[in-house]
Amino acid sequence: MAIIEAKRLTKIFGPDPKKAIPLLDKGWSKEKIFADTKLTVGVNQAEFTIEEGQIFVIMGLSGSGKSTLVRLLNRLIEPTLGQVLFKGKDVLRMTPEQLRQFRRKNVGMVFQKFALFPHRTVLQNIEYGLEVQGVKKKERREMAMQSLELVGLKGWENSYPEQLSGGMQQRVGLARGLANDPDVLLMDEAFSALDPLIRKDMQDELLELQSKMKKTIVFITHDLNEALRIGDQIALMKDGSIVQIGSPEEILMQPANKYVERFVEDVDLSKVLTASHVMVKAETITLEKGPRVALQFMRDRGVSSLYVVDKSMRLLGVITADDASNAIKNGLKLEEAMDREAPTAGPDTLLHELFDSMSSTRVPVSITDEAGRLKGIVIKGAVLAALSGNAVPEAGGERHESA
Amino acid sequence: MNLPKLPLADWIEWLEAWLETSFDPLFGFIKLIVGETVDGLETALNALPAVVVILAFAALAWRIGKWKMGVFTLIGLLIIENLGLWSQTMQTLALVLTAAIISVVIGIPVGILCAGSRSIQKIVTPVLDFMQTMPAFVYLLPAVTFFSLGVVPGVISSIIFAIPPTIRLTNLGIRQVPSELVEAADAFGSTPAQKLFKLQLPIALPTIMAGINQTIMLSLSMVVIASMIGAQGVGASVYRAVTQGNTGVGFEAGLAIVILAIILDRLTQQVIRKSKTS
Repeated sequence: MAIIEAKRLTKIFGPDPKKAIPLLDKGWSKEKIFADTKLTVGVNQAEFTIEEGQIFVIMGLSGSGKSTLVRLLNRLIEPTLGQVLFKGKDVLRMTPEQLRQFRRKNVGMVFQKFALFPHRTVLQNIEYGLEVQGVKKKERREMAMQSLELVGLKGWENSYPEQLSGGMQQRVGLARGLANDPDVLLMDEAFSALDPLIRKDMQDELLELQSKMKKTIVFITHDLNEALRIGDQIALMKDGSIVQIGSPEEILMQPANKYVERFVEDVDLSKVLTASHVMVKAETITLEKGPRVALQFMRDRGVSSLYVVDKSMRLLGVITADDASNAIKNGLKLEEAMDREAPTAGPDTLLHELFDSMSSTRVPVSITDEAGRLKGIVIKGAVLAALSGNAVPEAGGERHESA
Repeated sequence: MNLPKLPLADWIEWLEAWLETSFDPLFGFIKLIVGETVDGLETALNALPAVVVILAFAALAWRIGKWKMGVFTLIGLLIIENLGLWSQTMQTLALVLTAAIISVVIGIPVGILCAGSRSIQKIVTPVLDFMQTMPAFVYLLPAVTFFSLGVVPGVISSIIFAIPPTIRLTNLGIRQVPSELVEAADAFGSTPAQKLFKLQLPIALPTIMAGINQTIMLSLSMVVIASMIGAQGVGASVYRAVTQGNTGVGFEAGLAIVILAIILDRLTQQVIRKSKTS
């Protein structure tokens, strides 16, 4: 279900901003409007829908309007035009009191420079949102402590922000944003001020938190790798306009225009694409069949190995043509001849994590889900094709080559 | 240029007369409040034997500052007592404290209003400039017209002269609260009052305290002038000594003011330092 919808959401800075609206309608560019009217288009008619539980990344270089856009959602900046619908309710029509309630209960926010209150302890910072709501002291202490534990800062509750490192400060910021259990968490370049290593840790933690809490997160970043890493949907902005909205794969594989194309050309695809993007259908055989049948299957289908599964498609092992002929000579059963140690990986494994197992095995790496069911296999050709930017073959598509 | 001179003096005198007749009950009320406050403080300070008060002040100074502060306060006040200026000095302290308290009570809210609105700030700033630069002698006269001779017009003119730093620095302190913190407070749904009391005032506190310190110092500098319209205290001793050409006595009384000033300044400075580190 859509939790946030933005319609023609626009912000124009300067005196008498409405003057610029007819010019936007005519399709004038940001530069032309500025040259003519001295008005600055911050956000130009942004349209998007954010589904519940999604990480929606708004990505763009500095000055592209992404920080303005996120502030239009909770009206820290008042939009000039357009609509923001939160669960169908128009945020722009809220009275000041309704808006305060909306900010207290429905949206949390995490800031680039942390914006922690220096005169308050860590715990007092985290409980701020609850305090202004009028939650009783005992209760809000408890909720704040839970939030603190969630971000792994137990024991620091009585420290002051300045006594903490940058990474820890932003954990406090995150805990503060989560403390009143909002439906939506707005994160404005939340990790941009952190060192690269700490940043990666925080991204991992955010993803882990997300898998537990299933929050809707609007995440602002200027870092494409960060966007690709954590985003379910990415909106790419340039000069106040959204250039493209799509999943990370769509942004990478089907860039909407030259700008997006140039933006994504340096991306290391092996760190973005996962096994599920490149896997193809595996040729399988069940255990009760013998090695002769296996060999026959391989000849028929033009492959050099088969994946042995049980009736519910759980992977048991792999049998190659060589192993099958040896088994026939030595009178072994399929069960005895198959290789049970062949490498497997989960569908969400990133390609660069697969390289090791791919280079050390004779057979394609098999991809199994949590229950051990075979989902497909990864063959080298498909990986190379994907990394070179060519279309990824559909999973379950044509036959795979011999390994 | 042959333009007639502006009858500014006439206007001001007309205004003074009009205020006097129209607002007499209000001035009476102000006079009562201010007079009672000064009297109360003065009675309290002079009720106990000087030694007890001196020891109490020294102990307070020691607690707030370091032991050096305590020792300085002890010796300084003993000198004043020894010179026979104790009760006058306590009268002066009562006047200064009253002026400072009223300045804070009025100045901080006005400073908050200035910080909240650009247009209020635009109106208040020139008024403050006027209050600080107009020679104090000029508003002694209307003060006497409205409040008659005595300590009250002295307190009122001290307030006029001393209140600007509290207003200015309260305004500045609140405006200097980093905008991202204000934004964070807004993002979590604070009301304006919650934002003020939970964020802006605590962060502005050291700056506001610096303003209060300046206000106390400025009102102390007014005590001699205030004595010209009948305010009692060590300022009156200075004024008398000067008019009688009595250098030695004048110096003694002046020294008492200096000692009082240093004690009040160091104590408030110490409070500022503490509010910064907490």
